Amino acid sequence: MKSGRSGAVSAGRHPLAIFNNPTFRGVFFQLVFVAGLGWIVWDLIQNTAHNLQRANIAAGYGFLERTAGFGIIQTMVSYSEASSYGRAVLVGLLNTLLVAGLGVVLATILGLIVGIARLSSNWLVAQIATAYVEIIRNIPLLLQLFFWYFAVLRSVPGMREKWTLFGVFHLNIGGLHAPRPVFGDGAIWILLAFPIALGIAVFVSHRGKQRFERTGRRPPLGWIYAGLFVLLPIAAFFLAGRPIALDMPQFSETGPLLKRGFKAGSGITVIPEFFGLLLALSIYTAAYIAEVVRGGIEAVNHGQTEAAYSIGLKRGQTLRLVVIPQALRVIIPPLSNQYLNLTKNSSLAVAVAYPDLVSVGGTVLNQTGQAVEMVSIWMLFYLGMSILTSLVMNYWNKRVALVER
Amino acid sequence: MVMESASPAYVRKSFIPSQDPPVNTAGAIGWARKRLFSSLGNSILTIAALAFIVWMLIPIIRFTILDAVWSGEDRAACAKASGACWAYVKAYLPQFIYGRYPIAERWRVDIVFLLLAVAMVPMLIPRAPFKRLNGLFLLIVYPLIAFVLLTGGHIRFTGGWLPASIAAPSALRFAIEFALIGGAILLAIGAFARLTGIPVAGSGTMAGIAIAGVACVLLVVGIDFGLEPVETANWGGLLVTLVVAGTGMVASLPLGVLLALGRRSAMPVVRVASVIFIEVWRGVPLITVLFMASVMLPLFLPDGVTFDKLLRALIGVALFNAAYMAETVRGGLQAVPRGQYEAGMSIGLGYWQRMRLIVLPQALRLVIPGIVGSFISLFKDTTLVSIIGLFDFLGQIQTSANDAKWASPVTGVTGYIFAAIVFWAFCFSMSRYAAYTERRLNRSRRR
Repeated sequence: MKSGRSGAVSAGRHPLAIFNNPTFRGVFFQLVFVAGLGWIVWDLIQNTAHNLQRANIAAGYGFLERTAGFGIIQTMVSYSEASSYGRAVLVGLLNTLLVAGLGVVLATILGLIVGIARLSSNWLVAQIATAYVEIIRNIPLLLQLFFWYFAVLRSVPGMREKWTLFGVFHLNIGGLHAPRPVFGDGAIWILLAFPIALGIAVFVSHRGKQRFERTGRRPPLGWIYAGLFVLLPIAAFFLAGRPIALDMPQFSETGPLLKRGFKAGSGITVIPEFFGLLLALSIYTAAYIAEVVRGGIEAVNHGQTEAAYSIGLKRGQTLRLVVIPQALRVIIPPLSNQYLNLTKNSSLAVAVAYPDLVSVGGTVLNQTGQAVEMVSIWMLFYLGMSILTSLVMNYWNKRVALVER
Repeated sequence: MVMESASPAYVRKSFIPSQDPPVNTAGAIGWARKRLFSSLGNSILTIAALAFIVWMLIPIIRFTILDAVWSGEDRAACAKASGACWAYVKAYLPQFIYGRYPIAERWRVDIVFLLLAVAMVPMLIPRAPFKRLNGLFLLIVYPLIAFVLLTGGHIRFTGGWLPASIAAPSALRFAIEFALIGGAILLAIGAFARLTGIPVAGSGTMAGIAIAGVACVLLVVGIDFGLEPVETANWGGLLVTLVVAGTGMVASLPLGVLLALGRRSAMPVVRVASVIFIEVWRGVPLITVLFMASVMLPLFLPDGVTFDKLLRALIGVALFNAAYMAETVRGGLQAVPRGQYEAGMSIGLGYWQRMRLIVLPQALRLVIPGIVGSFISLFKDTTLVSIIGLFDFLGQIQTSANDAKWASPVTGVTGYIFAAIVFWAFCFSMSRYAAYTERRLNRSRRR
């Protein structure tokens, strides 16, 4: 009776006492939040639609079919000024993937070397590696890119001269000129040699594992793999009647001044923009990867190394069989972050006019005014890349992760 | 003798010949033996490393010091030089610092720099007193002073909501509108308290203070101090770098904290919105964000409203960094033991009290190195604003290197080296400070 009355009184005095209910409060605040957010988004869409209409720009991706009308200095698929905007964006996308892919490989190799060098027992080597990391990490990437591109790659000889490396590579301000392989009939056999080698390698590794478990002896798998992947294609090359020819870059030193220099279309030319970007990206990211590697190796308990030595493993074996597999667990997640950073940083290409996705997209944006669509393409690509990378790296991570109960 | 015959057989009868002393393991030679020449491979490595250092250092020293040109009036001094052209850096230094800021007004920038140094130094020294006052000055008073000094202040607010038939566009209309909105907020809080019976005196006071604070800020910004207005298009050099980095840092920290709290919120809508915001911004390169800020932001705004180019870049940089900051802070929040949250609940603190008084102080302290790390990357990333046409420190150097008056084969390299030294000094000192803080805060956990 009493409790009922007090309840009635409190309800009468506070008609909205329901606000003291956390569940209700949560729902209420979320509704307010959604309403506020929705109002802002709606307002933005209204403004954008209005502004686009005023500028006479049709929304939608139809513009991708229109003729681009601008040239691109490096294309991996056929492209001309008569191609469409969509084709131009595709060219940019492939260029981004190329520079990012090569950058990841180079940065990983360099980073691994520097990271291990930082832990070297040789004081001098460790100091050099430390200096590398501390200098490179604390200087903006854009500045390093400018340095490589505008200061270093611009100081090479002009169009009418060249520096020659190893007799086959030539460097001048037009870029790096190298022989271009020309594939003849039967070149397909060389290509086919790789999957065959892979198949044999899988079989050998399976048998090797069995043998290791039976006898405790480890077959020299590394050598076998190397032999397979090098010797098989070489054998195929000769068996198919040497179907690959090399198209050498042709350089004329004499004759009229304007005719001197490399003949267009001879050999392969790597543009300096690509070179500069690749150098800057890999050197910069390698400093971060070095730190990741060092952190990972230092995270492995020293007792593991001692235990490995005590059962008679050699230094190299200890590193390869005991330390690195354990360090990988610590290394992989931050390493995948660095790969992503490198991919995203490749967008600095726009500063040296290397035609990557952002650079080409910027040109398209300026010509068409389709800002919303172009930005959405950028975002979709980079977000997709980051999701893809994290999926792959998570899979790899799961494979090496410590198996616990 | 009895004693002698009792001596066991294994006791040696004669001295063994003395051996050579062990190789020196102390001092410089011992150190070198251990760290540089412990084995054949190590010795080869050492010699290779030495050769590498010599190979690297000699050209660097020759270029930057021995062959460098230190004085001169124009490109004639550097045209034939094989070393750095420091004369060019000397001639351009004011531009590198101020950009095209009017020469007669540069004292204003100097005061801003000086005030920053005066306020930062005691803030960074752990023992210096008045941290709270110092922080308030640095975060609230200083930005206001800097804003008025740099832009010239005297911003005219005319208001925009009341139709012109009621009140013509003027400072008065703006004041009326401001008073109306402020009053409406306070009234709403009062009505809420009235209807629900929940005491809101605290929130009411806070809202009142906030409204009064905003009024003060608007007043100060609106006063005509007689300073000549300087358009942001004329700003440049180190000034722009520091403005972008400074605003980015100040704006991204609270935003990042809010986003991190949102990501760990129990309310699903808020959580999902935070996750989407954070992941989208973190997933794209800063350049696309800057492009977006410079080409898309104007599209989002209603007719007649325009944002300054620098302001657009600032918004982009702040939002981008807030996403990174949010992840850093989230790490700290996750590291605070659950018991701390529960203890806060058990003594009856509300959500915000719990966060402000118990969780955030611990979480932020844990992630100070991470925060400084993201400040460093923010500082380096400010260089990207040069791509959307703002002349920051690097952008200024990049343009000046092509100036016909100083153009020479070495001008560009010299400029880049100078920029590298300056950026390196800033970033390296920040990272050292972070390491120092980490060591200092670790003291209680160290065993």
